Amino acid sequence: MRLNPKYIPLLATAAVLIAVFGTGSLLYPNFGTPRVIVNLLGDGAFVGVAAVGESFVILSGGIDLSVGSMVAFIGILIARLLQAGCDPFLAMGIALCIGTVAGAFMGCLIHFFEMPPFLVTLAGLFCLRGLGFVIHPESIGIDHPFYAEVLPQLSILVAPKAVLPFTAMCFLGSVIVGTFVAGLTRFGRNVYAIGSSESSARLMGVPIGQTKITTYALAGFFSACGGVVSTFYMQSGNPASFVGLELDAIAAVVIGGTLLTGGVGYIPGTLMGILILGLIQTIITFNGTLNSWWTKIVVGGLLLTFIVLQRLISRRAQPV
Amino acid sequence: MINWVSDLLFWIIFGAILYSLRGQRIFWTVGALALLLLFNQFFTPGFFHIQLLDGHFYGSRIDVLNQGAKVMLLSLGMVLVIATGGVDLSVGAVMAISAAVSSRLLVTQNQPAGVAIAAALVISVLAGAWNGLLVAGFGIQPIIATLVLMVAGRGIAQLITEGQIINFLDPTMVYLGNGHLFALPFTVTLVLVMLVLALFLVRSTALGLFIESVGDNYEASRYSGVNAIQVKFLVYTFSGLCAGLAGLVACSNIKSADANNIGLYLELDAILAVVVGGTSLQGGRFYIVGAVVGALFIQTLTTTLYARNVSSDVSPVPKALVIIAVCLFESDLFRARLAQLFRPLGRVLRPLSSRLPHKLFTAPRHDAPKP
Repeated sequence: MRLNPKYIPLLATAAVLIAVFGTGSLLYPNFGTPRVIVNLLGDGAFVGVAAVGESFVILSGGIDLSVGSMVAFIGILIARLLQAGCDPFLAMGIALCIGTVAGAFMGCLIHFFEMPPFLVTLAGLFCLRGLGFVIHPESIGIDHPFYAEVLPQLSILVAPKAVLPFTAMCFLGSVIVGTFVAGLTRFGRNVYAIGSSESSARLMGVPIGQTKITTYALAGFFSACGGVVSTFYMQSGNPASFVGLELDAIAAVVIGGTLLTGGVGYIPGTLMGILILGLIQTIITFNGTLNSWWTKIVVGGLLLTFIVLQRLISRRAQPV
Repeated sequence: MINWVSDLLFWIIFGAILYSLRGQRIFWTVGALALLLLFNQFFTPGFFHIQLLDGHFYGSRIDVLNQGAKVMLLSLGMVLVIATGGVDLSVGAVMAISAAVSSRLLVTQNQPAGVAIAAALVISVLAGAWNGLLVAGFGIQPIIATLVLMVAGRGIAQLITEGQIINFLDPTMVYLGNGHLFALPFTVTLVLVMLVLALFLVRSTALGLFIESVGDNYEASRYSGVNAIQVKFLVYTFSGLCAGLAGLVACSNIKSADANNIGLYLELDAILAVVVGGTSLQGGRFYIVGAVVGALFIQTLTTTLYARNVSSDVSPVPKALVIIAVCLFESDLFRARLAQLFRPLGRVLRPLSSRLPHKLFTAPRHDAPKP
């Protein structure tokens, strides 16, 4: 059976994931337990949910830098609404709407005025970060009964001593939704088409504007979901938190085998990317003597390996 | 009285510069800066106040020059990188590395300041060359190639400083960011020297033409004999040098090297400065002086917000809005739409959009398939 070259990055990611996990399990006795895996999913949940949205933007050939600010902004917004006595579901609904509208607005700027996505989402990063501080300049704790009593009951015992938290379920849920939207809907196919070649897509009759704006709106929605999940995880909202989260999200997407030029990649790859980032952190924590800045260096090295690999594959696929 | 006269003189000179730039792309950037300054002239008391103390000038406008030096230095390198169609996200991290190397040599190794500065600049140039190697040599997309160093660079800087914040009191190093020359902060001279160097490189040699042609069409310039790989490599290396200098200024400003915070988010400011300066992120034509004016614009905006008691946390909001507005007005498409919307104003706005193709919606876009 001949291997389709488009699956190579995904397989490479899976191989790295297994290798990193295997290394950890060999080095440390309690590493290869279900509990570590469950924690990985739970701790990486809000980055992961946001990274699913980032995957769509990158698949369409764009980039979204506003992710970290959006997560922090939604976090403080929900915390403030709950403090004011708002119903938690209403607060989440409002937050998701605002996130989606903000994403759609950035998409409109990008499409209608042909401004570079990089620049527009950069302005979005500044704007949302500042707006978070406008809502409330300091961290707000959440003590609503829904958060304190209902949420802990929503976790599932998957294995002895391993409880799958609700945040991890949100993450897995958004990966499933993302995979479905990307792979099985007309919108998903349009995103891939635009990412491969915008002019070809235009000539084929793909609605460029509609797809682009929807992509950024979807990214805004997923980032806002990430913000909601972050409130579950932190039990608070803080406008100063999650600085640089967008880089983690982008790194996870790239390590997950999505080509940054757009058009190639799969959402489950992003899940694996998040797991790899989490595993590196966990190994460094387990080690105990290595400093936390090694995380950055290792992640940088992994990024490098993957982009060189991608480059080699795309060179072989289309000889110049 | 003297202030009144000097203000008038300032505005006459500024107005003359603005008038001489009409019809050029850079007009919009200088115009935006003029509007901002005009706002301050009337609504921010004390902004235009300048006094001479111990033979040095002090005042808000001098502060803008001094504080803006880092972004101006970065934007010098960034504008050339963006002109080749790339972007350098790693400048903030390179600044941190440069600061870490110099202060480590200075304090822990007891080396003289000259050695520390030289070593920091060499390391920064090497970091830039690394980016150049990835982008030009391996043909990796610039955003990603430089993202690697952006992520790893801060870790490397932490490794060099061993996670400590290194303080120093060496007079030469402190002079770099706090000293005065010709009654102005030394950083002004530094920026001017680098600006002249950059202008000399691109305007008096063929390099500028090569950079523009590589940014406009990589393949075509390669086929017409331009060593495109070398050109790309060179601009990233130059950007590394600029980032190294900015890093030295940054750590000298606060007399310490904090690997976590030096240059944090400055890459974004530098990119914004270049874009506000009229250079398109798609590459091609570039405006070095525009980028420096753009950096001044951003710094003036920041200083204005601080002077008006906007907290540093909230200040990104107006900053983002102003930048989006400036970029919208620089976009030909937006001005054309505006002209369509306000037909009565069309007569005024039409000369500005005369370079546009007539059929806006079917016009060819700059996203032809890459080979």
